Amino acid sequence: MTSPKRVGRIEFGLFSPKEIRKMSVRKIIWADTYDDDGFPYPQGLMDLNLGVIDPGLRCKTCDQKAADCPGHFGHIELAKPVIHVGYTRLIRKLLRVTCRSCSRLLMTAEEVEKIIGHEDSEIASEVVSEKDIKKERVCPHCGEQQLKINFEKPTTFSEVFVEEGRKVEHKLTPADIRARLERIPDEDLRALGVNPDVARPEWTVLTVLPVPPVTMRPSIILENGQRSEDDLTHKLVDIIRINQRFKENQDAGAPQLIIEDLWELLQYHVTTYLDNEVAGCPPARHRSGRPLKTLSQRLKGKEGRFRGSLSGKRVNFSARTVISPDPNLSIGEVGIPLAIANEMTLPIRVTPFNIEEMRQYVLNGPERPTIRSPCGANYAIRPDNRRMRLSEANLETVAEMLEPGWTVERQLKDNDIVLFNRQPSLHRMSIMAHRVIVMDGKTFRLNPAVCPPYNADFDGDEMNLHIPQTEEARAEAEILVSVSSNILSPRTGGPIIGGIHDHISGIFLLTHTVRHFSKEDVLYLTQHLPIEHLPEPAATDPDGKPLWTNKQVFSLVLPDNLNMLFKASSCQNCETCRREMCENDAFVRIVNGNLVSGTIDKKGIGAFDGQILHRIIRQHGMKRAARFIDDVTKLSIRGIMLEGFSFGIDDEDLTKTEYGQIDEVLNGAVSDVERRIKIYNEGQLEPMPGRTLEETLEMQIMQVLGKARDRTGEIAGRHLGMDNSAVVMAVSGARGSMLNLTQMAGCLGQQSVRGERIMRGYEDRTLPHFRRNERGAEAHGFITNSYKSGLSPTEFFFHAIGGREGLVDTAVRTSQSGYLQRRMINALQDLKVAYDGTVRTTGGRIIQFCYGEDGTDPGRSSYGAPVDVKGIIESVLKEEVK
Amino acid sequence: MNSDMEQRIDTLDLPYRTREDLKTSLAERDVTDEEFDRILEMVFSEYRKSRIEPCEAVGVVAAQSIGEPGTQMTMRTFHYAGVAEINVTLGLPRLIEIMDARREPSTPTMAVYLLNDWAFNRDRAREVSWQIEAAPLHEFGDITIDMENMQVLVMLNKAVCDRRKIGVEEILETAPRKIREKRHFRDFDVEGDPKRASLTFTPKNRESYQNLFQLAEHVRHVIVQGIDDIERVVVRKEGGEYILYTEGSNLKDVFEVEGVDTSRTRSNNISEIADVLGIEAGRNAIIQEALSTLNEQGIGVDVRHIMLVADMMCMEGEVKQIGRHGIAGEKESVLSRAAFEVTVNHLLDAAIANEVDELNGVTENVIVGQPIQLGTGDVKLIAKPINLKI
Repeated sequence: MTSPKRVGRIEFGLFSPKEIRKMSVRKIIWADTYDDDGFPYPQGLMDLNLGVIDPGLRCKTCDQKAADCPGHFGHIELAKPVIHVGYTRLIRKLLRVTCRSCSRLLMTAEEVEKIIGHEDSEIASEVVSEKDIKKERVCPHCGEQQLKINFEKPTTFSEVFVEEGRKVEHKLTPADIRARLERIPDEDLRALGVNPDVARPEWTVLTVLPVPPVTMRPSIILENGQRSEDDLTHKLVDIIRINQRFKENQDAGAPQLIIEDLWELLQYHVTTYLDNEVAGCPPARHRSGRPLKTLSQRLKGKEGRFRGSLSGKRVNFSARTVISPDPNLSIGEVGIPLAIANEMTLPIRVTPFNIEEMRQYVLNGPERPTIRSPCGANYAIRPDNRRMRLSEANLETVAEMLEPGWTVERQLKDNDIVLFNRQPSLHRMSIMAHRVIVMDGKTFRLNPAVCPPYNADFDGDEMNLHIPQTEEARAEAEILVSVSSNILSPRTGGPIIGGIHDHISGIFLLTHTVRHFSKEDVLYLTQHLPIEHLPEPAATDPDGKPLWTNKQVFSLVLPDNLNMLFKASSCQNCETCRREMCENDAFVRIVNGNLVSGTIDKKGIGAFDGQILHRIIRQHGMKRAARFIDDVTKLSIRGIMLEGFSFGIDDEDLTKTEYGQIDEVLNGAVSDVERRIKIYNEGQLEPMPGRTLEETLEMQIMQVLGKARDRTGEIAGRHLGMDNSAVVMAVSGARGSMLNLTQMAGCLGQQSVRGERIMRGYEDRTLPHFRRNERGAEAHGFITNSYKSGLSPTEFFFHAIGGREGLVDTAVRTSQSGYLQRRMINALQDLKVAYDGTVRTTGGRIIQFCYGEDGTDPGRSSYGAPVDVKGIIESVLKEEVK
Repeated sequence: MNSDMEQRIDTLDLPYRTREDLKTSLAERDVTDEEFDRILEMVFSEYRKSRIEPCEAVGVVAAQSIGEPGTQMTMRTFHYAGVAEINVTLGLPRLIEIMDARREPSTPTMAVYLLNDWAFNRDRAREVSWQIEAAPLHEFGDITIDMENMQVLVMLNKAVCDRRKIGVEEILETAPRKIREKRHFRDFDVEGDPKRASLTFTPKNRESYQNLFQLAEHVRHVIVQGIDDIERVVVRKEGGEYILYTEGSNLKDVFEVEGVDTSRTRSNNISEIADVLGIEAGRNAIIQEALSTLNEQGIGVDVRHIMLVADMMCMEGEVKQIGRHGIAGEKESVLSRAAFEVTVNHLLDAAIANEVDELNGVTENVIVGQPIQLGTGDVKLIAKPINLKI
């Protein structure tokens, strides 16, 4: 659907008093809003000519109802002119650069030309600024001596005389200023960067104030029947009241002093009406003490009109609920609760070809009882755009009336395309198109393999769903936004969707070393895979029954002609690689779609660095890759369920010997620290280059204690082998690291703040449990206990101190990186690749002559390279390429 | 692979990198002609698939690619990268610093590479480092305050001067000059004695002890050798050659020092590089610095994204900030600027200057509710339906 009209351009300018009066439908003179009957006062702020907000009434100007009347401007005639706060800087500049008697620019024509350049020269955009004019000079046109103009925030201007050796300030009234501005000739204004055709400077000193339509400042009726007015209305009431009083006093010939006071008061109210956060001006407050939200505040900031209402818009056809995992879904699917599917609709136009189907939807009605029931419709829209809500009562009549030209808003059903999103939407994969599966329950269900791009987990996260309403939108969603076309991240050119957590543990357990499975086991493992035949069994058991190897089972999910070689993440980086004979089974070799050796783990199928995944995407396409992820995740879940996988407190148990060794290491380290402190105290310590003695000592201590912690980890790791779940997770890359295991079973190690030992706290000591100026390991946050053995009170405090730093860090980081990203998006959003391969702004400026210097799309590259040469050669030659 | 194939690779219409990859991967390998043809066929098909498509919103993708991993970076400002002795700002603060195009980074450093004659000899490398490192006067001798005569006495240590290759006369000349020029302290008289290698400073105001101590402070810390901005130099051996790492940066003066390899020496002060070596060098410095900051944190980001940001920043011939005072603040569109920051001022100024928003950009069109001119919204060709009768 293309909109019938296009906004071509938007021009900005000032309203002249004449224009304000012309567009006004009513002069407003009364400060009151409604009379006792709740009817608007004529010529009051809620005048019926300004538009209507109450249902039932009709606008006196356009004779439309509240819903249709856009509202109309009125005006207030100000008793005396007042300055527009937003333009004080412009006014100051104009007063300073023009003559006080003849109002010409304080420069000769030649001087102006020197700055601006000749009229018909290309770069004539530069304008005369305040600095170009010397202070207190004589006017070159009329010879008048110029005076210094003082400006006092927010809106006071004054001239400085020198009288009998003293400086005397003479205040300029807005009327004086306006008179001066009026006299500035047009050509001088052009030189100053002001376009007099649309913005005469005297218009910045207001004589008439436009009154915005009522629709812009609707009053609300509270529960007790009282009316509560909008902040703008309150402010306008103030202005009118003062204005009336001012007029009365003026007419009565009140003394100058009173007039001046009233003038200032009027100025204050108009100022705060325009901007209530002006420096040097106390903000106008509501009765409750809350500062009023006036015009500027409505536009400004994150929730303001620009960022909050115009750049970001609320939408219909969207849903939000908690997410939960469902590994049986494909990565391109999303499970939707029936309640949501019943509420959300998509419009379908009735044609002769689908009229029967549509009629059925209408007959099914708005209530779908179970997920198996056929989907119905919620609305039918007549050709005259009248929307009819479907209900039990009118189903049949509407179905009768249905004919081509109508539109039926049908409910969601399986296989509809929807957009799925999780905030913060930091990259484009934060919104992807999924296919609907209507489900029981009240949560959105998604395959855990699509968690990484959304950065989602299931600890209570909520996600949003949007239904594309047009065919174009659906086509775009399916082709460009679908999950399967977003497996590769445009950031790195590697996969971002892939196995996580248990997928990796499972596939690791399944493929590690060589094992044999009976037919029952193989069928159990492969029952959810779309395969038709089992391969030839690799062996037979003593009874002659066929056996398959675990590698054969995994090979079932691989494409047939896949050839590759890589090292798994369990690779220890030995000095000489023993290749197929690797004792960790970390050398992965796939020949013609058969896993010959090696363990599949994070490097194979993980999100971010799954190499098999990457190769399949490049050589077999996105669709095959999506299927591979589905298959491999299902297989790995079965693999992990075959034996079960759990972790408990006794998995951290070590034997007496290990505890003895750990104690020994820790005691050794603590006494080593004591020894170094002693050396330092005796003044025997050699400082490191560029460091003080103290820094050197600290670095040494940190090093000793760090090493000690690693040693305890090694001791614990030696005892906990591959039969330990935490070790399996760490080695396979599923979750956690050996460091986490060290901290659970060995010792927690040094707690740090800003990369140093904990130094803060009480005077000369961290906690009152220690002696002053003690430097030992325990006194500065070294924790010898493990999570298993439990922390002592002092250790607990230190741990909390160290933990707090991390929390603060995250909080600060999110705000900082969020702002950085906002700035970058704003700077780069208009860039696109043109049809000639150049990068241009939407305005047509060229930024790069060839995108990325080689025209390669990083999202389709192989980790940045335009062609994955290694992969191609490997798959053709079937041998390793370094 | 035979030379025939190699020649064929050279003539292919592929990027240099791909051709080199092909050559190195296939070198010393038995490839039949059929296999070779098959490889080339696959390479070309993949190459065609990896071309960027017209209308792609590359700017937004680049911004997201750099911004999204920002949440994963450390906030820790000080870290020791490469050289243990020198502090460098890393992580998110450094990335923000680069994008802000600050005139001076919070931790300016340089890596000074040396020419062949100096690079492989530790002593000669050290000599260069003395020419660079700012050395205060107190390192060259004893400074005593003579309270009785209201004087500051400097006794230079000849051995130190010889070791650091600086003549006594030179110090006698530079010390008072630098105190006057760099430290802006002029109220003293000076008397140098080349024979005794001594300097005597006398304050003009002979009444005030405070003044005397102030003078002594200036004398102690006046830089008599090296480059003022470079506080510390560390000599390190890397890959067989000696490299000088500095704290503080001053490209222009370092380039003047004999023995410095001006083609490899680098600074982390981007605007300094742009000033001294030109905007192209500045652009490359942005790319290099941003990329190494991200990679150091273990975050892989395609260079193309960073190149786009760098090109955008350097488009006007000087390094422009990403943000209000740079690119975003100088956009043509009023609405786009108003929607970014300082909303009201942009609108007021636009009215005075009679600015016109042509509605080309993204934000403007979102604001007025029109399709944006990017991606699928940029396609102007519309198929005319034929024979469409119901």
